[in-house]
Amino acid sequence: MRQGGQNRSARWLYGAMAGVALIVLPFVLEKGFSEYYLYLAIKIMVWALFAMSFNLVLGYGGMMSFGHAAFLGIGGYTCSLLLVKTSCSLALAFAVAPFAAAAAGAIIGYFSVRIKGVFYFATITLSFAQLVFILAFKWRSFTFGDDGIQGIPVPALISTDETYINYYFFALIIVAISVYLLWKIVKSPFGLMLRSLRENPERATFIGMKVQNYRLIAFVISAFFSGIAGVLYAFLETAISPDILFWSMSGEVILMGLLGGMHIFLGPALGAAIMVLLNSFITSYTEYWGMVLGIILILIVLFFPKGIGGVMFEQSQKWMRKKGV
Amino acid sequence: MDFDASMLFIQFISGLSRAMILFLIASGLTLVFGVMGVVNFAHGSFYMIGAYMAFTLTQGLTGSVGFWAALLIAPTIVCIIGGLVEVILLRRIYDKEHLLQILLTYALIFIFNDAIKMIWGVDLRIVDLPESLAGFLTLFGHRFPVYYFFIIGVGLAVALLLWLLLKKTRFGKLLRASAEHRQMVDLLGYNVGGLFTLVFIMATWLGGLSGAVIAPTVRLSLGMGIEIIIEAFIVVIVGGLGNIWGALLGALIAGQIYAFGILYVPNYAMAFLFILAAVIIIFRPYGLLGKQAQARG
Amino acid sequence: MTVLEIKGLRKSFGGVMAVAGVDLKVEDDCIDCIIGPNGAGKSTFFNLVSGYYTCDEGSVFFKGEDITGLPPQKIARMGIGRSFQVTNIFPKLTVFENIQATFLYTGGKGLNLFSDAGKLFREETEELLKKVGLIDQAGELAGILSAGDRKRLELGIVLATGPQLLLLDEPTCGMSPVETTHTIDLIREIARQESLAVLFTEHKMDVVFSIASHITVMNFGTVIAAGKPDDIRANEKVQQIYFGEDRCSSK
Repeated sequence: MRQGGQNRSARWLYGAMAGVALIVLPFVLEKGFSEYYLYLAIKIMVWALFAMSFNLVLGYGGMMSFGHAAFLGIGGYTCSLLLVKTSCSLALAFAVAPFAAAAAGAIIGYFSVRIKGVFYFATITLSFAQLVFILAFKWRSFTFGDDGIQGIPVPALISTDETYINYYFFALIIVAISVYLLWKIVKSPFGLMLRSLRENPERATFIGMKVQNYRLIAFVISAFFSGIAGVLYAFLETAISPDILFWSMSGEVILMGLLGGMHIFLGPALGAAIMVLLNSFITSYTEYWGMVLGIILILIVLFFPKGIGGVMFEQSQKWMRKKGV
Repeated sequence: MDFDASMLFIQFISGLSRAMILFLIASGLTLVFGVMGVVNFAHGSFYMIGAYMAFTLTQGLTGSVGFWAALLIAPTIVCIIGGLVEVILLRRIYDKEHLLQILLTYALIFIFNDAIKMIWGVDLRIVDLPESLAGFLTLFGHRFPVYYFFIIGVGLAVALLLWLLLKKTRFGKLLRASAEHRQMVDLLGYNVGGLFTLVFIMATWLGGLSGAVIAPTVRLSLGMGIEIIIEAFIVVIVGGLGNIWGALLGALIAGQIYAFGILYVPNYAMAFLFILAAVIIIFRPYGLLGKQAQARG
Repeated sequence: MTVLEIKGLRKSFGGVMAVAGVDLKVEDDCIDCIIGPNGAGKSTFFNLVSGYYTCDEGSVFFKGEDITGLPPQKIARMGIGRSFQVTNIFPKLTVFENIQATFLYTGGKGLNLFSDAGKLFREETEELLKKVGLIDQAGELAGILSAGDRKRLELGIVLATGPQLLLLDEPTCGMSPVETTHTIDLIREIARQESLAVLFTEHKMDVVFSIASHITVMNFGTVIAAGKPDDIRANEKVQQIYFGEDRCSSK
């Protein structure tokens, strides 16, 4: 019992340390470095939420969707359009957006989970996302087309006009709550069902599970939280454009999952951090970020199929076994 | 909405020519999958390279010479690139799980897109029709661009060639055998590796050709590749993966649906294709001519 | 009471008639075995009964209800638990989680989004793991178990669904003689305790004759003979099929 107690207190300590670090970080970044780094930190949080919600479908559900950006974009666009075109309050617009994304998740998911085979699934998710992109791009009267929406009205309290610190804490709270909920879901019986059908859909069927239904639910939940990330993104940039729905955005979130490891809960968050920082670094030298992405992805496929995070996880498992934990 | 017979007939022919383009692309996609078991997500990129190559060649060599040279040279360059990709990259992933294969070819889209951006920039490009094909033809009292028929002609020629190749030649038999029993063909002493390279070269040649052929009728942009690959995927989903006749059937259906869709919803004709795909997925998940699996659950 | 009744089951693939008209009855509390040479159609037959394939003709009745053509998950929920020749378990879940997940699903908690899965059905899972002899490996990932242990885990998963009929496809395939004896004793014990009917296929004749209360012999997709073990032993047609393979010991 001693060991268990020790592990528990160790975890609380790490948690508290992380908490303190997160609270102190924005001030350190702003005063010690520059506003830009604080902006990056927020961007990492937002993308981390997107990547972790995506991972519900990818890592836990075993489905590689190539069109998840659709939910990010629908969340962001729904909120922005409501704020810009109606006299909706922020709270209402924020609340509706994830449900719009979840609805899209239900429709797209309904068709996608019926598909058998990785290829068909990849194709259908890619195609649906492209459809959403085309709608955002061409339906000028509704979505402002490729001009996008500028100057989204963000309330003064969390506005990024003068400093990013307020927005940082706003995003931190939202992301923390979302991540906590995702954690509960992953640890729940539903989460275990999801993992079972990922492991062996045939076996799951033969214990009576209607595998398609569970996959659909995972899709909808994932879309919901991706929608929240979309809203946070829109507020961060105070603008949104069809770029967020571009096919490469879905590829970037896949890469985040692969880099950070999809079988660890926080893995995609690590992947998000790597991608955001890498992007910031690379785009200051060249405009060919796509080429870099492609090369990284190829390297991962050829040499690290388990993902860098996954390799780290296995190493830590081996280390723990040696220590007799 | 009343459309006169003239308009319908024109749309029908337009649909046919679009179908031929889709067939050229989808056939390459389905050929690679049927024989090698790999889905090449980057197939649209080869199409794009073919189109941009045609642009450069028609710029460099003026007049009709430019166009016909482009038709000949562009696919050749594209298939050389295809061969290199197969030898350097694809070979390493044949035995890996489908997902990794998809990711690899998906990564290629990123790389090719930026490479094309590097070489040709982001501006829209236009390729001119050669004079010999720029005119109109009158058929049953209606005027059609000659180029439609050129495209249809090319498409049918290719379909015929493919049929002859697959059914009548030894090579074709080898292809079909490899599709079903790769290990057996290997054990019998055939160079399956070389075969795969050849098939990929053929497929990318088809992709490059379709790009070169369609170039004069569209504005070349960096989004071309993704747009066309999704249409090609829909065609293949409708027709059944791995089946060349499925690709033809799917292309014909998709071509017509798009052509008539434009009459009703000019900007969103694509939506009808999606509805088509959705219907097929629900009722015939393996495509109209695809193999039905026996197991459920 | 007849727990499973099959009439005139037929299934062909392409031009090949895999199951060519099978009639079979399994009584309550019975341990029924299907034997026959490779290719006799035993696995196809199981796939048909459990809903994995749809039959071309014929009907399947379970506890008096017509289950012909129902999807596999429905049939599983109605009380038929099926194990596979090539073991089907959840490889990257722990042995404990494999069983726990099954209990959770069967217990109706599958859609629960907020409880802690680790805390539910712990006692039941432990008990079942003890029964199948896997309690020591509870924390291991299922994927690293030996072939024999995997079969026992799959048996555990099937039992956790609380079935009334067990369909076991070669339950001792790949097991050593010691493991085989353990497994057969386990099946016999559980069938007796829970009053289950068991229908299984086997190649090991000593196993068959040690546990079966009824034997059905299949060949070329049809039933050649059916009846009590002693009758089957004496049956000439059966002897012909197994000429030179008759290793049954008199018990």
